[in-house]
Amino acid sequence: MGFYIVQFLTGLSSASALFLVASGLSIIFGVTRIVNFTHGSFYMLGAFIAYSLVGVLDGFFGFWISVILSAMAVGLIAVLMEMLILRRIYQAPELFQLVATFGPILIIQDLALDIWGPEDLFGASAPGMDGAITIMGTPMPEYDLALIALSAVVLGGLWLLFNKTRWGTLVRAATEDRDMISALGVNQKWLFTGVFFLGSFLAALGGAAQVPKGGASLIMDFEILAPIFVVVVIGGMGSIPGAFMAALLISELNVFGILVWPESTLVLMFLVMAVVLILRPWGLFGKPEAPGQHGQVGAPEQPYRPLSRKANTLFAAVLGLLLVLPVFASDFSLVLVMDMVVLSLFAASIHFLMGPGGMVSFGHAAYFGGGAYAVALITSHFELPMEVAFFMGPLGACALALLFGWFCVRRSGVYLAMLTLAFAQVAWSVVFQWGELTGGDDGIIGIWPSPWLGSKAAYYYFTLFFGVGGIMVLRRTLFTPFGYAMRACRDSALRSASIGIDVNRQQWLAFAFSGALAGLAGSLFVYSKGSIFPDEMSLARSFDGLIMVLLGGVKTLAGPVAGASAFTWLDDVISRLDYWRVILGSLIILIVLAFPQGIAGFFRERFGVWFGQETDT
Amino acid sequence: MSTSAEFIWDHIMLKVSGIHSYYGRAHILSEISLEVGRGEILALLGRNGAGKSTTMKSIIGLVPPAKGTIEFLGENIQGMPPFMIARKGLGYVPEDRRIFAALSILENLEVGRQPERQGAPYWTLERLFDLFPNLAELRDRPGGHISGGEQQMLTIARTLMGNPSAILLDEPSEGLAPVIVEKMIETIMTLKSEGLSVILSEQNLSFASYVADRATIIEKGQIRYEGTIDELQKNPDVRNAYLSV
Amino acid sequence: MTDMGLAVRSLEKSFGGVIAVNNLNFDLPVGQLLALIGPNGAGKSTSFNILNGQLKPTSGTVKFKGVELVGLSPKEIWRHGVGRTFQITATYASMTVCENVQMALLSYHRRLYSLLPIAARLYREEALALLEHVGMVDQENRPCSVLAYGDLKRVELAVALANNPTLLLMDEPTAGMAPKERIELMALTNKIVNERGISVLFTEHDMDVVFTHADRIIVLDRGTLVAEGTPEEVRNDEHVRRIYLGSHHA
Repeated sequence: MGFYIVQFLTGLSSASALFLVASGLSIIFGVTRIVNFTHGSFYMLGAFIAYSLVGVLDGFFGFWISVILSAMAVGLIAVLMEMLILRRIYQAPELFQLVATFGPILIIQDLALDIWGPEDLFGASAPGMDGAITIMGTPMPEYDLALIALSAVVLGGLWLLFNKTRWGTLVRAATEDRDMISALGVNQKWLFTGVFFLGSFLAALGGAAQVPKGGASLIMDFEILAPIFVVVVIGGMGSIPGAFMAALLISELNVFGILVWPESTLVLMFLVMAVVLILRPWGLFGKPEAPGQHGQVGAPEQPYRPLSRKANTLFAAVLGLLLVLPVFASDFSLVLVMDMVVLSLFAASIHFLMGPGGMVSFGHAAYFGGGAYAVALITSHFELPMEVAFFMGPLGACALALLFGWFCVRRSGVYLAMLTLAFAQVAWSVVFQWGELTGGDDGIIGIWPSPWLGSKAAYYYFTLFFGVGGIMVLRRTLFTPFGYAMRACRDSALRSASIGIDVNRQQWLAFAFSGALAGLAGSLFVYSKGSIFPDEMSLARSFDGLIMVLLGGVKTLAGPVAGASAFTWLDDVISRLDYWRVILGSLIILIVLAFPQGIAGFFRERFGVWFGQETDT
Repeated sequence: MSTSAEFIWDHIMLKVSGIHSYYGRAHILSEISLEVGRGEILALLGRNGAGKSTTMKSIIGLVPPAKGTIEFLGENIQGMPPFMIARKGLGYVPEDRRIFAALSILENLEVGRQPERQGAPYWTLERLFDLFPNLAELRDRPGGHISGGEQQMLTIARTLMGNPSAILLDEPSEGLAPVIVEKMIETIMTLKSEGLSVILSEQNLSFASYVADRATIIEKGQIRYEGTIDELQKNPDVRNAYLSV
Repeated sequence: MTDMGLAVRSLEKSFGGVIAVNNLNFDLPVGQLLALIGPNGAGKSTSFNILNGQLKPTSGTVKFKGVELVGLSPKEIWRHGVGRTFQITATYASMTVCENVQMALLSYHRRLYSLLPIAARLYREEALALLEHVGMVDQENRPCSVLAYGDLKRVELAVALANNPTLLLMDEPTAGMAPKERIELMALTNKIVNERGISVLFTEHDMDVVFTHADRIIVLDRGTLVAEGTPEEVRNDEHVRRIYLGSHHA
């Protein structure tokens, strides 16, 4: 009996950090409508700063003061970011703000590496709480009890703050309609900043408080994102009790699940999420989103018209240049251009879903990497010829997208996006942990094209055929009834349902279609590199894809190609430098501030008339 | 074009001079000028899409005009953010009500609360509940769980909590049952008797004619007519041309 | 009661104990315009959403041309010939006027999963014919996002006609329109209804529209039917005047 109580309490204590971080994310999103990806970085930074402070401040109080100070410090860093970057782009399209939060992730990664070094740091146990108490014969670490108390205090404090203070009332009002509170005399700028401080403070508090249990490491930032997104989806966006219940549910399932089936934890998380979504589509404490709440800001897209003659000429010219490239370019540049083509296809598949489809995928690398792994696995286990195995990429990715997509399309907006991320993280973990099958961290190597494609030039033409072909298929599909129906579901789900369109099914198939083409990019990729590693399925790869699309511009069909090419080239140029993450991160931020419509969007705005873009206002 | 010279108001509250406003690149308002005196009710008339709502949003700062000046109580407020304009005592009631659905009626009112202001009527909860007895009974009900008519009253009460000296009412009668429209007329007349200045937008001349002193007609973002409401009622040519009654 | 029209019997809907629709009974014969009026919160929207399949009633039946609609999905109900327009227009902002109508036709002809043809070339003639009907053919190539509000309402009407409906549910068809536009739109609706033999159930707050265009009126208050009859009968009903119409429409 004692064992089960202790096990339950252990679950409660590990729910603590999850709850703190997830509630912070939820609060920030509620008011600013920004899914702050930097949140994971603030969690990591909280841990690192607390680790250093604990080394200086001794004793029981020293420890807790370190934890609080660290959370305050991170809160201030977050305020700086909010004031310098986010304040300038609250009026920009919602999705574009996401990219702005990628920049600081990269910068913080480099700074943390520089200050604290590459090794994982193990935190000393908390002074005065390093013992254990015995519950019915089973020992229970005191610090776990302290964590439980901490989350109880925070939960109560947040409830009082939001329900019993004027500030809290204003925050809840801003969550519903931020322009309206401004017209009622509330300075929303400082309200946003305050909320950003509070949310980031909670993230860092969660990070700092778990130092004695888990230490601090450089992978904490991405590691925490999937679990907190799951918590927010299960609990219901914007609900703090929901975040608490969901964190508890997941943590308890973890500690008890591990007893029954040690490898089950990831699968369990997946199952819980699936069950909750089927039973309560809006989360345990969530409310249905008002339709259109997460729609695009700004003018709606123009109707699609066939390309003008000038644009067609430009396209033909670029294609012609690509065709003659092997005549004069070095193998090295061919590889770079191949990367550009492959990633352009990947980005175009994300754009297809995100722009015209209105479904933002935060985890599209699952289908890119999934396709690549499907090829690699089938090749290494069954020795199929390349000509057959190659098509396992799109097929495998399509199957995976059908599975994950079935759940994702049941939600919309940011929930859908968070689900895609959570599923992608599940896929990545399976690949990473199931070493016997996938080689784990060592990846799968020796996947080369057939001899007739052996030369760089031959494989280059192969890549060009399928890469450019894939992009053209995606583009043409937008003009077919299937593409129109997908866009119809985005423009107005209400209208679509009332003219007999099965919105869920239409979006599900679009999701799978996009997944298949991401898988095609994965196939091309694995044969060009000869190997595949779990990194290609990681969140970082998904984020790369999003950055490419958003830098290029969501509202233009040429956007993803422009974005992917620019990003790949940039990445190639600067990834050899020291502090390349700081440079890339800063560049991303600068581009976001300078071109809030994306690169292609910017050109379209400036030179669109020249290409025969009609404007009708 | 005629002007209302027969009635000189002792005190100009709000004076809008030649404003131009844009949504992106679309030129929505051009050369809009208005003024309203203390205790005066000005009706802004025009069809859907004529620019009435944009005029109101431009005045309150939600769609800041690119050109022109807006003076409120003698001070230039053009270019100020909405919250500063609201704090000067200019209230705004949007056409789509924009109630905070998850907040109780009391909390909705709390969001609008501002300190007492010199020279403007001071509203306490008690006074507001006298004016809107329905809201008093429902004070703990979430704003999303009351009827459309009650929401329309709540959105006005919420703005009054800021103790404004002038308010902008965007299509106050839209979507309301006829009996509630009658209550709305009474409410607006009460506000007038308190000395509040009101600019209200309407498509419906008959509603405006019950409450307004003067009328301005907007069409395609430009002013097409100005005059007293009586003059307008006697001028079928103008009514037919712009109001399509 | 005719087998061809709509027959609603003992319809009830409650949300967690709160009764939104209470024992509602009415008939709508073919070719009639029936107005559903009442104070905000009377249960009009709930009744509409039940009729078009978005909500399941707690109990009761809805028979349309002899077919039971309760339990069918919105899609199935639409396939039985029930069209709908919304209080706040719901059109596809990124498509042209003609494409909006084509979209409904693509769905009607079960072409939504087609991956080969160019959508804008399909059913164009049919779409233009519908737009001709509502007087929007000269604007067929403009994006819906730039249309005037009254024109959007016409596009919605054309979209709702795409599946050859025999029943149209119109939720405040003239909300947000100027008085003259209201009269024009309802005159257009009247004409189409007569030509095609369609029945219309509509909600409306503009009493001029209701009294001019409705063949019959039913009045709801707090989920209960409180009056039913010709415009003249309803206008003179003491109870309706007190709860809804007020003194101006006496």
